[in-house]
Amino acid sequence: MSAVPSGEPLIEIHNLTFSRGSRLIFDRVSLSIPRGKITGIMGPSGTGKTTLLKLIGGQLRPDAGEVWVDGQNVHSLSRSALFALRKRMGMLFQHGALLTDLSVFENVAFPLREHTCLPESMIRDLVLMKLNAVGLRGAHDLHTAELSGGMARRVALARALALDPELVMFDEPFTGQDPMTLGVLVRLIRKLNDALGLSSILVSHDVAETLSIADHLYLLAEGRVIASGTPAAIQADASPWVQQFMQGMADGPVPFHYPAAPLQDDFHLPKVQECDRC
Amino acid sequence: MLSVLGRLGRAVLESLARLGRWFVFMLALLPALPSALLRPRLIVDQLYHLGVLSLQIILVAGAFVGLVLGLQGYSILATYGSAESLGVVVALSLVRELGPVLTALLFAGRAGSALTAELGLMKSTEQLAGMEMMAVDPLKRVVAPRFWAGVITMPLLAALFSLVGVFGGYAIGVGLLGVDSGSYWSQIQSQVDFFDDIVNGVLKSLVFGVAAAWIALFEGYDCVPTAEGVSRATTRTVVNTSLAVLGLDFIMTALMFDV
Amino acid sequence: MQNTTSRDIWVGLFVALGLAALTLLALNVSNLLTLPSSKGYVITAEFDNIGGLKVRAPIKLGGVVVGRVESISIDPHSFRAVVGMNIESQYSIFPKDSSAAIYTSGLLGEQYIGLMPGAEEAVLQAGDRIAITQSAIVLENLISQFLFQKAAEETKE
Ligand SMILES: Nc1ncnc2c1ncn2[C@@H]1O[C@H](COP(=O)(O)OP(=O)(O)OP(=O)(O)O)[C@@H](O)[C@H]1O
Ligand SMILES: [Mg+2]
Repeated sequence: MSAVPSGEPLIEIHNLTFSRGSRLIFDRVSLSIPRGKITGIMGPSGTGKTTLLKLIGGQLRPDAGEVWVDGQNVHSLSRSALFALRKRMGMLFQHGALLTDLSVFENVAFPLREHTCLPESMIRDLVLMKLNAVGLRGAHDLHTAELSGGMARRVALARALALDPELVMFDEPFTGQDPMTLGVLVRLIRKLNDALGLSSILVSHDVAETLSIADHLYLLAEGRVIASGTPAAIQADASPWVQQFMQGMADGPVPFHYPAAPLQDDFHLPKVQECDRC
Repeated sequence: MLSVLGRLGRAVLESLARLGRWFVFMLALLPALPSALLRPRLIVDQLYHLGVLSLQIILVAGAFVGLVLGLQGYSILATYGSAESLGVVVALSLVRELGPVLTALLFAGRAGSALTAELGLMKSTEQLAGMEMMAVDPLKRVVAPRFWAGVITMPLLAALFSLVGVFGGYAIGVGLLGVDSGSYWSQIQSQVDFFDDIVNGVLKSLVFGVAAAWIALFEGYDCVPTAEGVSRATTRTVVNTSLAVLGLDFIMTALMFDV
Repeated sequence: MQNTTSRDIWVGLFVALGLAALTLLALNVSNLLTLPSSKGYVITAEFDNIGGLKVRAPIKLGGVVVGRVESISIDPHSFRAVVGMNIESQYSIFPKDSSAAIYTSGLLGEQYIGLMPGAEEAVLQAGDRIAITQSAIVLENLISQFLFQKAAEETKE
């Protein structure tokens, strides 16, 4: 079941345990992300996919376990070493996280201005290039408030790629994109990966797209890795859990609801009583 | 009864925790301050938001306070036949107290609340987290320039406030009530001391600037990242800054103009 | 870019204004602001005691301000106070034998110099000194005088 991905690992996670309050999000999870490949991560909403990316980026601290990125233990690094490592990572936030007081152009230019001393003309070229790749070169002097949800996410994608990172973490890049843009983005991610040797982590709910570009897939649920393998292997997996999730069926072993008390308790439903008049 | 005690206890613990976080924030911000000075562009942008945009309210308020001081001062002084001293009364109360204190209070309402709301919103939309992931320290990039701008802005605003106020008093006293113009200025000049009054006033407003910027930035940085959390933090900024300014003013007045 | 420049201008203006305000306050909200001491001529007067007279105090004739006190110093020979008075040039009408006295406006008010014109033909020129002066009334002296008088009367009785 938990097939190890082929290729040299870039990220290795050992026995990762993390909880939010009393809720256990990860229970001794181990997985590895191969270098130069696209690794898809899927799972029901609220399982902790975003949390996993934040743990890899060193924004959250695990209760136990280790995260190794390129041979460095993320959570034992000094702040400056962590920042040096982060410069080699790009992250597309689930909600964009664009800087609202800057224009589209300045948002994409932000990492360049902060971390390089490139001349203005070079920055301009680089920014327009990245924006062109996501189809928004014409929107470069819009303000962030003037963007649609899908456009904002594409700007965030351009920004994540601005420093030509070695690892990019895409947190749901396809949400809110029209079918045409979606196709372009899928090809863009594939192309970046093939042409630049980028390693990507792709968190997405779009089963078809993820299956089509991922080299390796992890299915997370209930704090564990439920299934892992190549897209073909996952699709062929006979376990009812995997089948239900991949095909989007409501009934099966995967709970649709966040853990909750029985319905009767929450709604204070009375025991059915006979009405006198009937 | 027990629940009241319990709530009281929780409130006390919560304030203690906040004080602790405030202290941690202070320690974290300190090392970020010097390097922010190397990026004047960022400070200039904040000077615009904190200083230029506060000018209007400061100038108008200063003028009105001066007018009122002129009226009140005159009506009291005239009973003792010493209306010529009006200038001194107006100038000293402005330079020593009203200028720095009222400016700081207005600053808390106009600029401090805006700082908190801005930072809180940046936090709740993951902008600060996003910066962290881009290996940019938000304390250096966002907080420190705002802190410097606040500290620089406060004495300038207070000076403008006092000056406009002195002219306001002049307009009422000399223009309307017939105090001699020369006496107005000559009395000020002979009674207002450079070190005792002007320098101390500037020192006060510098301290208020540090306090106001610090509180506003802390509340924004520390807020619960929701709409309600941001609005609560904004309120706390105005309340806490006002209290801090009045308290500090008392302490500094006692130290400076030793009685 | 346009936006940035105009913002910079505003910030520059703000800082300049603030610094100017600080400077004005530092100079004791003073000389720079008053009417420029209008071109006039300076005459002096010696007093035994000027009380609380200050530089820039008004000089009046019949209640009309005709000039301002420009300087206050001590004559090293006579040990008397020398007051330099700047009289507006339109009032170059004071006879040589005019006299000067220091008065107080109201009980506790500011002190000023009152001029009393004399009768001579020749008028005071720049640099002239008024010979006849009357010092400020010092309240303490008045009171002690009054008390001594009372005491003297009582002992007589
Ligand atoms: N700041 C937070 N404080 C407390 N709990 C949180 C916080 N952020 C997330 N959680 C909890 O952690 C769990 C995992 O959240 P996460 O955002 O990682 O889910 P996700 O897998 O990315 O879901 P989605 O697919 O909807 O984005 C959720 O159950 C959520 O309730
Ligand atoms: Mg998520």
